[in-house]
Amino acid sequence: MIRTLLVANRGEIALRVIRTAREMDIATVAVYSDPDAGAPFVAAADHAVRLPGASPADTYLRGDLLIAAARATGADAVHPGYGFLSENAGFARACADAGLVFVGPSPEAIEAMGSKTAAKERMAAAGVPVLPGVLIGAAGETDAAALAEAADGIGYPVLVKAAYGGGGRGMRIVHCAAELAEAVDGARREAASSFGNDTVFLERFVERPRHIEVQVFGDSHGTVVHLFERECSIQRRYQKIIEEAPSPAVSPELRAELGAAAVAAAKAIDYVGAGTVEFVMDQDGRFFFLEVNTRLQVEHPVTEAVTGLDLVRVQLQVADGEPLPAEVTGAVLTGHAIEARLYAEDVPAGFLPATGIVHRFAVPALPGVRVDAGVADGSAVAVHYDPMLAKVIAYGPTRDAACRLLARALADTRVHGVTTNRDLLVGILREDEFRRGDIDTAYLTRHDPVDLGAARDPETTLRVHALAAALAGAAGRRATARVQATVPSGWRNVPNEDQLTSFTAGGREVHVRYRFGRDGLRASVDGVPPDVAVGSSSPERVRLTVDGVGRTVDVHRVGEAVYLDSSLGATELFELERFPEPQSAEEAGSLHAPMPGTVVRVEVAEGQHVRAGAVVVVLEAMKMEHVVRAPTDGVVAALHAEAGLTVDTGHVLAVVHELDAEVSA
Amino acid sequence: MTTSLEPRVTEGTILRSALDTRSEQYRANHAAQLAILAELEEQLDIVRAGGGPRYAERHHARGRLLVRERLELLLDRDSAFLELSALAAHGTEFTVGASLVTGIGVVAGVECVVIAHDPTVRGGAMNPWSLKKSLRALEIARRNRLPVINLVESGGADLPTQSELFVPAGKIFHDLTELSAMGVPTIALVFGNSTAGGAYVPGMCDYSVLVDQQAKVFLGGPPLVKMATGENADDEELGGARMHARVSGLADHFAVDERDAIRLGRRIVSELNWRKHGPGPSLPADEPVYDPGELLGIAPADIRVPYDPREVLARTVDGSRFGEYKPEYGTSLVTGWASVHGYPVGVLANARGVLFSEEAKKAAEFIQLANQVDTPLVFLQNTTGYMVGKEYEQGGIIKDGAKMINAVTNSSVPHITINTAASFGAGNYGMSGRAYDPRLMFAWPGAKLAVMGAAQLAGVLSIVGKAAAAAAGREFDQDADDARRRAVEAQIEAESHSFFVTARLYDDGLLDPRDTRTALGIALSAAHSGPVEGRRGFGVFRM
Repeated sequence: MIRTLLVANRGEIALRVIRTAREMDIATVAVYSDPDAGAPFVAAADHAVRLPGASPADTYLRGDLLIAAARATGADAVHPGYGFLSENAGFARACADAGLVFVGPSPEAIEAMGSKTAAKERMAAAGVPVLPGVLIGAAGETDAAALAEAADGIGYPVLVKAAYGGGGRGMRIVHCAAELAEAVDGARREAASSFGNDTVFLERFVERPRHIEVQVFGDSHGTVVHLFERECSIQRRYQKIIEEAPSPAVSPELRAELGAAAVAAAKAIDYVGAGTVEFVMDQDGRFFFLEVNTRLQVEHPVTEAVTGLDLVRVQLQVADGEPLPAEVTGAVLTGHAIEARLYAEDVPAGFLPATGIVHRFAVPALPGVRVDAGVADGSAVAVHYDPMLAKVIAYGPTRDAACRLLARALADTRVHGVTTNRDLLVGILREDEFRRGDIDTAYLTRHDPVDLGAARDPETTLRVHALAAALAGAAGRRATARVQATVPSGWRNVPNEDQLTSFTAGGREVHVRYRFGRDGLRASVDGVPPDVAVGSSSPERVRLTVDGVGRTVDVHRVGEAVYLDSSLGATELFELERFPEPQSAEEAGSLHAPMPGTVVRVEVAEGQHVRAGAVVVVLEAMKMEHVVRAPTDGVVAALHAEAGLTVDTGHVLAVVHELDAEVSA
Repeated sequence: MTTSLEPRVTEGTILRSALDTRSEQYRANHAAQLAILAELEEQLDIVRAGGGPRYAERHHARGRLLVRERLELLLDRDSAFLELSALAAHGTEFTVGASLVTGIGVVAGVECVVIAHDPTVRGGAMNPWSLKKSLRALEIARRNRLPVINLVESGGADLPTQSELFVPAGKIFHDLTELSAMGVPTIALVFGNSTAGGAYVPGMCDYSVLVDQQAKVFLGGPPLVKMATGENADDEELGGARMHARVSGLADHFAVDERDAIRLGRRIVSELNWRKHGPGPSLPADEPVYDPGELLGIAPADIRVPYDPREVLARTVDGSRFGEYKPEYGTSLVTGWASVHGYPVGVLANARGVLFSEEAKKAAEFIQLANQVDTPLVFLQNTTGYMVGKEYEQGGIIKDGAKMINAVTNSSVPHITINTAASFGAGNYGMSGRAYDPRLMFAWPGAKLAVMGAAQLAGVLSIVGKAAAAAAGREFDQDADDARRRAVEAQIEAESHSFFVTARLYDDGLLDPRDTRTALGIALSAAHSGPVEGRRGFGVFRM
């Protein structure tokens, strides 16, 4: 029986596994890299073991360290989560060798599914529908003629993808023979660099395909069941961002067919534990096997929502050798669940991963909303790992109800400090085609992600939010005033210019002027006075009526950053300092003579690199030697001293340019 | 207001207003106040314009900030500024405002007196009114223990008026160093010319900041030096910021630009480790129950019509709470306890103009009581003076008036005086007028101040004239008397006008009646910068 479980993962999935383990009175061990030392999952676990370093290769991918950590803490089982070593047969085997229960399928099953081409052959043999395709590279069939022949046999359009690996890397779509050779070469290069194996695979490309996958579960007693399908067609760069269960394109009959095919696939490899059989499905409901994921999926919560099961609990029960419980074998699909993955990424910049400190993360506690988050207020999002912050899952009686609930939960989510794809997610959930269920994996090529995530009236949002930020700032200063705290804000018996607060918002400056007079607030944003009245203002919340519409704006200030949320959307502003650091008229890095004296020695030459603290010039005055040193690492840009020179106080002896400044200049 | 934590017994102290805002009287008063406030606003526009748009543009074009821009940058954001003597020099040959902005403001959490030259008005040159305004600001700093910040850019003395200026102007340097000795820090931020006598401002201040390429601080400029010694030297060598910061040491800080100077000034104040010596606010600072906007309809357009000062208090003091003292005795003067912005105060307010013996004795007692318990006093003036007549003279009105003036004079708690309608005769003295050193003194714009009302004064002169003619056996020329009477009345009327009075620094500024509560709050807070201690020695004399 599993008593202590090591969770060989991080972030939200580690927290997810720990939650169920606690409910089952299984002690938990977290392992963590150095950047994750303060992460919520580390605090949630009963024990925690450090994995020195930051990169996955030094930490979460070090099977030897994980097994050592299990030994050190007396763990008897390892849950791999998803990603990292979850589908690494070698690690599963090493766990077994170390006497640890690996919560997942057998190493053989993992291996069997590790190669997509081998998996496909095996599935085809088991009677699972597969796409026509051919392997390129393993047997040397790389000459142009052979390629063209293979592609012709499959039929265009043809998809080229890495045989060993996933995540969309190395994928190419080829529409005609002329594009083929270059696409194959490119795919092989990427496959080689990403997965260490340049074998690629050609197969029929399905137009407007839907990504349909079936959750399967097997136990060590030979039982294999399916827990219905999920649709994950909304993807960006081959990464799923919105998943749902059930699929709006699957009828009960088709569901039975899919389920039977998935169970057949699992049985073909004697599958034990949680797995997912992925299919590509065309718009007519024809489906073809893609691959088997031999692990718990990121999107497993939607299946949990519609079946009422805890899949991690079932995983642990199966790992303990128990047969699948009745609620699994007799699972019923009820209602509809949708999951959205909230990523730290800059959508307009091409989904560039974003980093920063999550100053606030709060999803409104609407009934039916589940949040699996890896971050909490204050968490750092660094470059080392997947930038997913959280999964937000909404469950409702119908797809429409779940869509509405999830859209509102995300729209009202407070996420401050990092750029996210939230607006895109909300935009998709409110878009007509998506709402009709008319989706496929090219949804986000048909719909521009930037347009989907665009605010309806960004100018009004910015103006209202900038005004609210200024008023909240004023309220904060009044609340902390050391004297005259009860006197009206900014009172003048002879009024001068109105109070000014300036911000930057996405590279643009916004200037807010305001005055509280006898007749209430008078304000202008960039010189334009909105018709505005203030209901109340506090440092955290401003209620105002702008152009006849009442708004409540929540304000969260962290240093110079101000985060604003209202029904208009979310805005991040940075307040400009009233007194910026003065720019010296003199060249930066000038070294002055501290007193009148004579230069005794010059220890550097122009153009020389110096370290901080290095001696630059030695002066003699009143029989004392005064050493002038470099303030920073840098380069001697100019020298105005030579031995014997008499200098006055303030004489610029040398100029040292700071090294960083030099590099960036 | 009946919780057990309430520091005062408040039952029965909430004033009940009897003001009828629909009455003819209210509307007439309201219209008259608005009319004179509009006149005041016109004057303030002129004050704000300084030297006018042409000079302002030229100043800006030189990369410099206007005086009010410097001031606004200096002050803590969203804090209040109580500008003083805004209409100084009004009606004189000099620009209204006297090329100077002074006031009480909050800098880095410290209440300070700010004295700022307006270089767009004749180069910020000092005339006799600027001198008075400057000295009054320094006196306010001294009396209330407020640090002083000078924003300096002045071409020096207005030479045509040097005879009125030269001797008394020495007082500025005297006061600056006297303040320093009293433990009240003084700061000079020099933005431009500060030459000859002006050079002693940064010289006498405890801290000085000079702006690069702008500040010029020297006793003699290049032409004068050339004349005196034949030496050739330029402005920067004689008095530039760089020279003073690195060579003479006159500048404690070298500022690269104006903003930098203001930043440094704020930093200096923040490093004063300033502690106020007064006890600070101690009572709830809730708003009055009644609308302060209605204050415009209370003080009568015709100063001969009395009004109930409790209507003013109901719109001024915290929660409209007023614990009246001796309400049945000497009813022409209302006395009692209240608080403004949480500061406890004793209030003396004229109810029916005239002060009789009872009122004078009540006032003397009340002032002693306030001193006994270290409570500041607020005087709301609306007085035509002490009662005259046989009965009253024989009843000892002079002795009783003297008791009141004695108590006012020797009271050492802070006094704040506001002339709400009229301040005539010795009533002005008894009600802590200018000569009695109130910490701050304001007037509502409709208020009059003179030795007596214009008509009375003209009438008295006429009677005296008639008597003189009769005594000399001359025939009394009624037509000439009428003409003289009208001329005298017009002159006195003009001289008792609030603009005339405030222009001559007989108060510290005019106040929109609706701002009374705020101005009192700031004044009391400023007064609490110094110790708040009453006169001790004898017990309270029951009169």
